[in-house]
Amino acid sequence: MQKGYFGDFGGRFAPELLMPPLLELEEAMERIMAGEPFQRELTDLLTHFVGRPTALYHCANLSRELGFGLWLKREDLAHTGAHKINNTVGQALLAKHMGKTRLVAETGAGQHGVATATAAALLGLECIVYMGAEDVVRQAHNVQRMELLGATVRPVDSGSRTLKDAINAAMRHWIAEQGNTHYCLGSAVGPHPFPLLVRELQAVIGREALDQFQRRVGRLPEQVVACVGGGSNAIGMFHAFVPHAQVTLIGVEAAGDGSPGCCHSATLSTGTTGVLHGTMTKLLQTVEGQILASHSLAPGLDYPGVGPEHAHLQALGRAQYVCVTDDQALAGFMRLARTEGILPALESSHALAYALKLAGTLPRNANVVVCLSGRGDKDLEIVRQALLKREG
Amino acid sequence: MSTSHLTDKITNALAQGRKAVMPYLPAGYPTKEAFWKHIADLDAAGADIIEIGIPFSDPVADGPVVEQAALCCLKQNVTLAWILEELTRRRPTIQAGIVLMGYMNPFLQYGMDKLARDAARAGANGLIIADLPLEESDGPRKLLQEHGVDLIPLVGLNSSPERLRAHAEKATGFVYFVSVMGTTGVRETLPEQLQDALTQAKQIFPIPLALGFGLHAPSQLQGVESVVDGVVMGSALIRHIDSTGTVGDFLAPWISSQ
Ligand SMILES: Cc1ncc(COP(=O)(O)O)c(C=O)c1O
Repeated sequence: MQKGYFGDFGGRFAPELLMPPLLELEEAMERIMAGEPFQRELTDLLTHFVGRPTALYHCANLSRELGFGLWLKREDLAHTGAHKINNTVGQALLAKHMGKTRLVAETGAGQHGVATATAAALLGLECIVYMGAEDVVRQAHNVQRMELLGATVRPVDSGSRTLKDAINAAMRHWIAEQGNTHYCLGSAVGPHPFPLLVRELQAVIGREALDQFQRRVGRLPEQVVACVGGGSNAIGMFHAFVPHAQVTLIGVEAAGDGSPGCCHSATLSTGTTGVLHGTMTKLLQTVEGQILASHSLAPGLDYPGVGPEHAHLQALGRAQYVCVTDDQALAGFMRLARTEGILPALESSHALAYALKLAGTLPRNANVVVCLSGRGDKDLEIVRQALLKREG
Repeated sequence: MSTSHLTDKITNALAQGRKAVMPYLPAGYPTKEAFWKHIADLDAAGADIIEIGIPFSDPVADGPVVEQAALCCLKQNVTLAWILEELTRRRPTIQAGIVLMGYMNPFLQYGMDKLARDAARAGANGLIIADLPLEESDGPRKLLQEHGVDLIPLVGLNSSPERLRAHAEKATGFVYFVSVMGTTGVRETLPEQLQDALTQAKQIFPIPLALGFGLHAPSQLQGVESVVDGVVMGSALIRHIDSTGTVGDFLAPWISSQ
């Protein structure tokens, strides 16, 4: 396989000026990250700072209602409330070993921005976060968190003023400043080696889940389900299960309001192959190759591209990608809150909503593990307004 | 004479005791009609090579001026197909060499093979793909070369001698040296280390070397004149058109001062 590719997808379609830092990062992954001392330090941080391993929770109430075993991998219990911290602690530690003094990051909903600001504060690195001007307004609460953690938030006013434009801005920043700066990319997207780096750092989710499940149940689950924005929690959850062909892997994308032609975020389900942000993958785009704006109730799923490894797993048929609408996700959010006492992130609610749809289709002894990628506190305002709209 | 029309264009300018002048304008800017008028005017004013920007929604190598211009073109439904069609029709009246400069995705969606054929038919002499580094360039380069279209590499201040040599082995036409560590957009001054970096690149590349990004006045070339064969002006030209509505004598200082 060609370097940096997953089958036909991936690669590094980045400006020539970004190749030196990309090669430097690739080299650091091999030389530093693969080494014993780094791994020991990372494990220590994941254990004592992030709070790993996160619980694998058996939803007894919901399982009774659904007629099969429903389990949640509780990434919402990780520090800062989502899986994003696994990636940022790892990248920040790597950056520090590389002698970098500053992290630059993009953020959509603000979760990755908060996780980057957190890791930067912990490890004594400066932190600049680019955020679409739309999102700065929509997610004001996370802007405040980042600033309290000492990060500088830079609103991005160009293009659609959302996540994809924040990534453009962060890449431009990295072109201009690379000596002292590491680009802490927030999902399994971007030019090689980022999809690999982010997968390596998120794979702890699936490794733990597989181990926990086997200890508790003594075999493997039938299905593993995760939501897919850029694809980092999903690839982290899937990776350990990929070699176990009997486990069905389901990635859940956001279908927005579900109307045909609605600007949704279901890249793998409805997109076409192209190049965005340095990688060959499935994209929401026009036939002329212009990138379309995406939309989802879940800000973290609002991205017109997807990690190249998911495009590959889809092409291989190893993972299946399905869609869930805003309304279904919202219903999933409410049901988990009322039945199990957990407020899930709206992103994670998409994965959950898919599992809920499986009621009646699986044997009683079947087990489904859902990656609950984050907690819902960040989404209270969006949920409040959506409920008002539904009632009104 | 070399086998590359672009190399010849630059060599001719040098033979006249000046640097090749290479204006850049996004296709369809500021309007579809005005754009072709501006191209004709740039050609008449003595441009040696004209770079036609292919608008893309997410231009990561560009600064705000070029990005705004590209988005303005997209609003008018400028497509690669339209650009190639119009160019085919107008090419016989244009003296300058023509380079298409854009990003991978619109080229990819058009189809690299079809693009190589149609670009050649339209009289484009070269292609610059801002997000196509050395590692990914072999496939597109081969397709383009089969149709006599040069794939122009971009290199910069952080390109190692090894990378420069690897580019030099493959490149035809000319090499585009990015003057700053950053995106397109006018700069007051160019970095100090530029002179040494250009001297090194000049020694490594057998083909002409053009300097671009940040240029707005010939005085910026002080100290690097001897190692630069051509100059590219983009954001400065866009700004000039924004404020005067015409190309006017934008190129004059670059052509006469040398
Ligand atoms: C809680 C949560 N889940 C999922 C995502 C989607 O990202 P990814 O697909 O990279 O896991 C986000 C992104 O912000 C998030 O905050």
